[in-house]
Amino acid sequence: MSVRPAEFGSHGLNAGALRADARRESLGLLGLCSPGLALVGIIIVLPIGWLFWLSLFDESGQLSGANYARFVEQASYIRTFITTFEVAFLVTGLCGLIGYPLAYMLSQLPRRAASICLIFVVLPFWTSVLVRTYAWLVILQRKGLVNTWLIDLGLISQPLPLAHNFAGVIIGMTHIMLPFLVLPLYASMKTIDADYLRAAMNLGAPPTATFWQVFFPLSLPGLAAGVVIVFILCLGFFVTPALMGGGKVIMWAMRMEQTTSLYSNWGAGSALGVVLLAVTLGLLGLFRWLLGARAANVWGAR
Amino acid sequence: MNDDIGLPISHWRRLWLYGVGALVLLFLIVPSLIIVPMSFSGSTLLQFPPESWSLRWYEAYFQSIEWRDATVVSLKAAVLTTVFATPIGTAAAYALNSGALRLAGFINVVLTASLIIPVILIGIGTFFLYARLGLNNTLTGLVLAHTVQAVPLVVLTVLSGFRSYDMNQERVARSLGAGRFAAFWQVTMPQIRFSIVSGALFAFITSFDEVVVSLFISGGETTTLTRRMFSALRDQIDPTIAAISTCLIVLSIVLLSAAQLFGRRR
Repeated sequence: MSVRPAEFGSHGLNAGALRADARRESLGLLGLCSPGLALVGIIIVLPIGWLFWLSLFDESGQLSGANYARFVEQASYIRTFITTFEVAFLVTGLCGLIGYPLAYMLSQLPRRAASICLIFVVLPFWTSVLVRTYAWLVILQRKGLVNTWLIDLGLISQPLPLAHNFAGVIIGMTHIMLPFLVLPLYASMKTIDADYLRAAMNLGAPPTATFWQVFFPLSLPGLAAGVVIVFILCLGFFVTPALMGGGKVIMWAMRMEQTTSLYSNWGAGSALGVVLLAVTLGLLGLFRWLLGARAANVWGAR
Repeated sequence: MNDDIGLPISHWRRLWLYGVGALVLLFLIVPSLIIVPMSFSGSTLLQFPPESWSLRWYEAYFQSIEWRDATVVSLKAAVLTTVFATPIGTAAAYALNSGALRLAGFINVVLTASLIIPVILIGIGTFFLYARLGLNNTLTGLVLAHTVQAVPLVVLTVLSGFRSYDMNQERVARSLGAGRFAAFWQVTMPQIRFSIVSGALFAFITSFDEVVVSLFISGGETTTLTRRMFSALRDQIDPTIAAISTCLIVLSIVLLSAAQLFGRRR
């Protein structure tokens, strides 16, 4: 601790003792955090740093940028990135499109009704991703429920390809990501003072104008928080594309798993991880810079 | 917030909004609604509603040694994760809340980093580290990796509990001669214990439902339930998984209701 003479000064008889006390207090509190910090350091920071170090060397052990050059040179990597961003944009867009009306409805309902409806958002949120992906497989696959029903009704003669492809990944991921958008959006809509809306209507604005000119702009920070969290979660998402993609939809995280587990190419896999982390942190940083908000708040909401 | 925000707009004119909202809620809940009845189906075909009813898939689940072992591993890991993550997270939340901690913002970011860092990177990283430490396929490794993911949830839950607690009460206790720990244990803890319990429940379910990291670092005798389910889903769709899924959904409901109940008594 640096000495701050301006504050403690030589006046005040107990300055030294007080300073020592404050230092002891701060150290004690740091001690309370230390098990958690040590755990993060050993389990997360150390291996990721190590992987980053590995990514800087090529297969012959020479320092090189080969692992990163691959990303712009090899078509298969470029395809992976394009697929990943396509899925992330589509899923985020769909979540916004169907999540906004839901959050809006929840924010307008009386408290009791809203908390009952919220159960339907929170329960899937806390249900295993595997369970939900399995359910969508059952519903969407070739001999699944949707196809059986549609054929029984005579609407289609051939089963629709809904699972084990791009469409399946989008549907499954939208379901999993939706609560991440709805919860922060709902929380921020609840803080919009209804007096603003009453004022607008009293001044003669019709309901549509009140919504678009007053409510919607005020809800944008919450929407942005939800959109950012969904987008970055999509970029690194593994389970649903791996199970619902049928091997055809290769996303970033799957590529990382394949390169390391299947081909044991740690340099290439690590480089993928480093870029993914950089993109994730970059997007979060950009968001905080633009809005000065904390995207991580969604976790507090659940 | 008052109960009814009472805008001069009738529910009737908002019917379309309620309709859209209800459809989205249906989309959210439909997978669970379908899996639960299907787990009681009597046939191997995936039909809804099932034509006959039976408990055969639950029998298949409970009688399979592999599924049972995997469940036991997952339960052990989840209990141990809860036991470690709850005190670690609570202690950190206490320090972060005190206001006297230097670098509190930075420490908060580090402690909650695992929520933001892509899980796949944590999985590959821990696998790589454990390969050198001989921790792959061990319960210790599993619990360490799950604890690091559960601590942020405990920290955030307990921090939100501290928001409605006045720290001056503890200061009074200490000025009256109670030691730091005694003051926390006898004055603060009883008042924030509900958020600690909620945090513990979140830690439990985080570990129990964790897939990606377990995929990398568990195997052999310590194969978790989620890892075994993942492999089974890759191969074929076995209705046994519907029975397991139903058990997991019930577990989520029980833990969530418990967390809700404790949260309300705060």
